[in-house]
Amino acid sequence: MLLEKLILVVIIFGLSLVIAMYSTYFERKVAAWFQDRIGPDRAGPFGLLQPLADGVKMFLKEDFIPKHADKWLFIMGPGISMFTALITSTIIPWGPDLYMFGTNVVLQVADFNVGILFILGVLSVGVYGIMIGAWASNNKFSLFGAIRASSQMISYELAMGVSVITIVMMTGSLSLRDITESQHGFWNDGWFTWNVFSQPVCFLVFFICSLAELNRAPFDLSECESELIGGYHTEYGSMKLGFYLFAEYVSMFISSAIISILFFGGYSFPGMDSFSGNTLAILGVVALFAKIFFFIFVIMWIRWTLPRFRFDQLMHLGWKSLIPIALINLLVTGLVIAFKNGWFN
Amino acid sequence: MQSLSNKRKVVSDKPMTFMEKLYLPAIIGGMWITFKHLFRKNNTIKYPEEQRVFAPVYRGMHVLKRDEEGRENCTACGLCAVACPAEAITMVAGERKKGEEHLYREEKYAETYEINMLRCIFCGLCEEACPKEAVFLTDRIVPTEFERGTFIYGKDKLVEPVDSRIDITKRQHTGKRTEK
Amino acid sequence: MNTIQLIVYLLGGLTVGSALMVILSKHPVRSVLYLVLTFFLISANYIMMNAQFVAVVNIIVYAGAIMVLFLFVLMLLNLSKENEPRSSLLVKLAASLAGGSLLVVLVAAVKDSLVLPVTGVVQNDGGLVENLGQLLFTKYVLPFEVSSILFISAMVGAILLAKREKQIID
Repeated sequence: MLLEKLILVVIIFGLSLVIAMYSTYFERKVAAWFQDRIGPDRAGPFGLLQPLADGVKMFLKEDFIPKHADKWLFIMGPGISMFTALITSTIIPWGPDLYMFGTNVVLQVADFNVGILFILGVLSVGVYGIMIGAWASNNKFSLFGAIRASSQMISYELAMGVSVITIVMMTGSLSLRDITESQHGFWNDGWFTWNVFSQPVCFLVFFICSLAELNRAPFDLSECESELIGGYHTEYGSMKLGFYLFAEYVSMFISSAIISILFFGGYSFPGMDSFSGNTLAILGVVALFAKIFFFIFVIMWIRWTLPRFRFDQLMHLGWKSLIPIALINLLVTGLVIAFKNGWFN
Repeated sequence: MQSLSNKRKVVSDKPMTFMEKLYLPAIIGGMWITFKHLFRKNNTIKYPEEQRVFAPVYRGMHVLKRDEEGRENCTACGLCAVACPAEAITMVAGERKKGEEHLYREEKYAETYEINMLRCIFCGLCEEACPKEAVFLTDRIVPTEFERGTFIYGKDKLVEPVDSRIDITKRQHTGKRTEK
Repeated sequence: MNTIQLIVYLLGGLTVGSALMVILSKHPVRSVLYLVLTFFLISANYIMMNAQFVAVVNIIVYAGAIMVLFLFVLMLLNLSKENEPRSSLLVKLAASLAGGSLLVVLVAAVKDSLVLPVTGVVQNDGGLVENLGQLLFTKYVLPFEVSSILFISAMVGAILLAKREKQIID
């Protein structure tokens, strides 16, 4: 049992890192395609070894700590970022149960009964990596980046939390596996089972908020190079910078997974009832990963399309648009659920 | 004022309609535009393997021409240096000695002739100014160097070798005024 | 002493230790960071009591939001030893008096409280989401709603404070 979980943890850990590595490559390729360019194609066939080359470059750079920096906090910052990015993957249900070596392997490290709240908690802690690192580097631009990042995270967490509550109300459970199971298949009783079709507004709010929480364009104000040099990682170099950048891609992978699970049925796919056993499990994992890769692509697509927000516009959108929309959506959902349960009769 | 290009747009700041305030149609429109670019032909070429065809009037690295018998055309008149807007050209004139007739076409020649490739803006005015058809701009690219000093090209790099002439006929007749 | 007891004592010790570091640290930013660590350790204690919901909410609300705001303000203030205001003897005396009386109250409260033996994972489901919700909306509905009124009054007050300056400009 313990060994099984340990193997799963190692696989997921490796997978997150490999996917994050290739996200950096894919991001550059996508950017190139959108701009009618070729993109990296020198290292290996189609440039597939580019992430390795980047990694080697990062490792071989001088590991530098500025004179006036707070040494331990300076080292801790990227570490916390990476830690919080990786730890969320523990509660993601990757697929239906797999039968292997005579046992039933659950493709989820921990089915925490407060799963979705755990994700919100880890997300809210994630900002410490940025804040600590930026404050420790003793640089005005870094501090500005950190302040922007933290106020942005706090603002968008609210709307995100409210939209998550809407989904929790629909499902009646906080566990991600239950949320996935409630969206089983694709079509049931004359309507789609996936939450995105019953809660499109909620999906939109959640998606925008997760872009903001990821510090991705168009909300990448905390590392906005036109105003703040590099933002919170201005003073960083070598693998510490690599960790910050890498953490962003890991969290991109994880939040694509969470979007897929909350709104696109996780590992469920049309016609899944005609399969069973290991075939179902493998197809489910494939379906989930297809959805994840699609959302990674969409996030990149948005980055290379939309210009960056101004900071007041960002706050305006968060507090004056998204939170009211999410709250009204929550209220309407509550009324509909109450109506369906016959509370008005 | 009447628009000459028919591209003039009247700017207005009327309040946005509800659909405009939603921003979503505009965002989706923008994303559709970028999506269409996925299927366009790439504009970049893989440089060292593929090379772009230069225009016939391309102005690259200079060459100091020799005549048919292999004698240098340049007489160090200095008109190119005067014409040069970037002041990239310097030269020292020298007198042809006995026995050097096979090297230089006329009695006066350039002992040193230097073009600073970092100053040069490749405008081609030296070529226009030259009365002896000595200096031409070619389709060769000035290679990169590690030091600034090496960008000052002397006669060793500028004068065409006798055994490997640089053909400029195809390119120059488009720009050169013909004698009447 | 079994493993769980060991973990509980270790967590308790760490919690007290990091809480002490909050007041012993020279730099305010470090104090806040130790406070964040303390909240995490308290959450771990909650998990040992099988109160997962409370643990996660503690992290989201305290460590994730309130402490970020604390840190935010402290980073902007740039407090350091040099520009710390000198407090007079009277202030120091008053502070130690107030702190001392609080200590007396706390010691008295702890002395009177029940001391439960550490037995292992407490089999109480009060911390789980469903039971907590049931309790909040039946038995404790009045205190729950009253506390929400308290929060609304705080919010109104905050907005009033933020708005007042603008009226003067107008």
